[in-house]
Amino acid sequence: MPEITLRDALKRAIKEALESDPSVFMMGEDIGEYGGAYAVTDGLLKKFGPDRIKDTPISEQAFVGAGIGAAVAGLRPIVEFMSISFSLVAFDQIVNMAANLRYMSGGQISVPMVIRAPTGAGVQLGATHSQSFETWLAEVPGMKVVCPSNPYDALGLMRSAIKDNNPVFVAEPALLYGEKGEIPDDDYEIEIGKADVTREGSDITLVSYGYGMRPTNEAADKLTERGVSVEVIDLRSLSPFDIDSIVSSVQKTNRVVLIDNARRNGGVMAEVAADLQQCASEWLDGPVMRVGSVDVPWPYSRSLEQEVLMDADDVLVAVAEGYGL
Amino acid sequence: MISEVTMPSMGADMTEGMIAKWLMAEGDAVSRGDKLAEIETDKTVVEMEAYSEGLLRKIVVSEGILVEVGTVIAFIGDADDEVPEVAETAPAAEASKEETAPQPATAQPALTPTPVQQTAPTSAPTPVASAAAGGRVKASPIARKIAEEKGIDIAAVSGTGPGGRITKSDVEKFTPSPAFAASGGRAPAVMDGSDTPLSSMRQAIARVTVKSKTKSPHYYVTHEVNMRPAMTFRAQLNEAIADDGDRVSVNDMVLKAITTALLRYPKWNSTFDGDKLIGHSDINLGVAIALEEGLIVPAVIGIQNMSLIEISRAVRDVGKRARGEGGSLTQAEMTQGTFGSSNLGMFGTDTFAAIIVPPNAGIIAVGTVKEVPVIENGQIVPGKTMNATISADHRVGDGAEAAILMGEFQKTLENPARLML
Repeated sequence: MPEITLRDALKRAIKEALESDPSVFMMGEDIGEYGGAYAVTDGLLKKFGPDRIKDTPISEQAFVGAGIGAAVAGLRPIVEFMSISFSLVAFDQIVNMAANLRYMSGGQISVPMVIRAPTGAGVQLGATHSQSFETWLAEVPGMKVVCPSNPYDALGLMRSAIKDNNPVFVAEPALLYGEKGEIPDDDYEIEIGKADVTREGSDITLVSYGYGMRPTNEAADKLTERGVSVEVIDLRSLSPFDIDSIVSSVQKTNRVVLIDNARRNGGVMAEVAADLQQCASEWLDGPVMRVGSVDVPWPYSRSLEQEVLMDADDVLVAVAEGYGL
Repeated sequence: MISEVTMPSMGADMTEGMIAKWLMAEGDAVSRGDKLAEIETDKTVVEMEAYSEGLLRKIVVSEGILVEVGTVIAFIGDADDEVPEVAETAPAAEASKEETAPQPATAQPALTPTPVQQTAPTSAPTPVASAAAGGRVKASPIARKIAEEKGIDIAAVSGTGPGGRITKSDVEKFTPSPAFAASGGRAPAVMDGSDTPLSSMRQAIARVTVKSKTKSPHYYVTHEVNMRPAMTFRAQLNEAIADDGDRVSVNDMVLKAITTALLRYPKWNSTFDGDKLIGHSDINLGVAIALEEGLIVPAVIGIQNMSLIEISRAVRDVGKRARGEGGSLTQAEMTQGTFGSSNLGMFGTDTFAAIIVPPNAGIIAVGTVKEVPVIENGQIVPGKTMNATISADHRVGDGAEAAILMGEFQKTLENPARLML
């Protein structure tokens, strides 16, 4: 199977949709002439023209609102934020409008829209460009939220997101755009709301998603070297999230560490932890451990930023503190 | 406003009590419900709660002194309240002279209230003790679940998890040590000739049993019960109720049979009191439970109103709480038993006699159900029998009366349909 990057996997899904469905179009800042801040849309303007690849002014609230209007009118817009931090100015449109319209109209209106944004810290983009608001959006009813950690999932999830008749937010880990992986040459899709057991084991379950999967896998490798049999689950969808898969795994391993690359407080893993407590408490052989980045504004300084970001060592510490492994 | 704190009555027959330990010091702020002190009675150590608020202004009775119920032991009030002058409380009556000379607090062993706390055995293998003094047993939920399924007392397991937590693998690897199985008789790990200070519970057991054996003239009547019908009945019953999560034990049937016998001969459900027998309107049947620190005999209150399955549930509940799971025992359960039962069947004991728990009139002790050859219609056939021995207080009733009670008990078990009455 050919190897491609996560960036190209996303582009492939978008390109397929543009080719096969004339109602699909894109809007965003610098997505056309410039090819996108992270080059996901590079070359699409040339191929599909300015009617379908629309560069917008710096006006997030306006172009998300325009996307919602287009979706309500029957098109299938894909809207890109240059950074998930910039989604804040459009939250009224995203939360109040996109997520609520189907309910408020008694099902008469649907909003088949994809909102895409790079997310996460780690490359010295400073406090206002390094955040991970997918964890906020995962709390909003009516909004589906996915966050791939590899090219295979990125392609499968983006295909499903574009076909979904509800608004889907695709949070793309900025540090993983160059991540390579093999992709089969068929038109598979990945169901939104299904987690993936990426590694099977019997001693402990590590759950993460998005960029968090990288330190999680590193920690899993180190634990495996020590003879610990590790099960790793990639959540993939933050809303809805697949608690059943996690409970099944915990019933097997009795130990669990939840790993979130975003800030620890109020993250999606807080919900997972609470649900695990409710659904699997009698299967647990210790506390539900949670790892996240430090709850401070993201520092610009490289050394500080690395300090704030969670890493594989933090995972290993949690495994040791919680379960003595 | 200044308010008096008095020695509480922890049971109808409690006349005096001792402060085992003050849990608050003079000057401490007290809220309603705060644990003020541990009170030791003949039977147990109970935590006493504060019923008023303010500052603990003065401790009148110090630790280790036996006083009568109702004696002022402390004052709670505001900072500017005047504390009344109280004569230093003299240790009460003869009991204290004989048994409990006031001791400096430091000479006391660390006390633990019995119902809610257990400590890991001191002879535990290497790892950290699972329960710090004064803490509950630290065990993971799955470890507790497996222990319950296997019938292992979680407190006897040593924890190897972080902070001494008992984990799944600790329970899976656990084998009960003979010292634990003997229950209460924890031998020192090494025979080095050193003294072993007794816990307050051990000391209380010593006082109560000596009091019982010296004041209540015990005699013993043993009956051999044909248990084959009861065992068949139990198997059928358990199959029928399995879906409800219920399971009736041999002991549940024994308790029901004792209750049935006591209902027929209520004299044995009374208390000897000099020139009269004090009758009890409820049967509160004590169930001897061997905890890590020693024996307790909590009562199933009002057992005469319970069906066999209700008794089964009630005993399981009392047993759990005795081990500190899902709450603690109530004062009534700890102090208001009206008759006793004890069962060493699980240890393979054939026959034994128990010591009456004062102020009860008797206690029935049962051994294991064993397979024996029995003669039926002149033929030797396989049978199942269980020996039951009543220890009876001769002041309450004579041997013939105890034998009649035991006959009723036996008849019920041998005709187990009666258990459903």
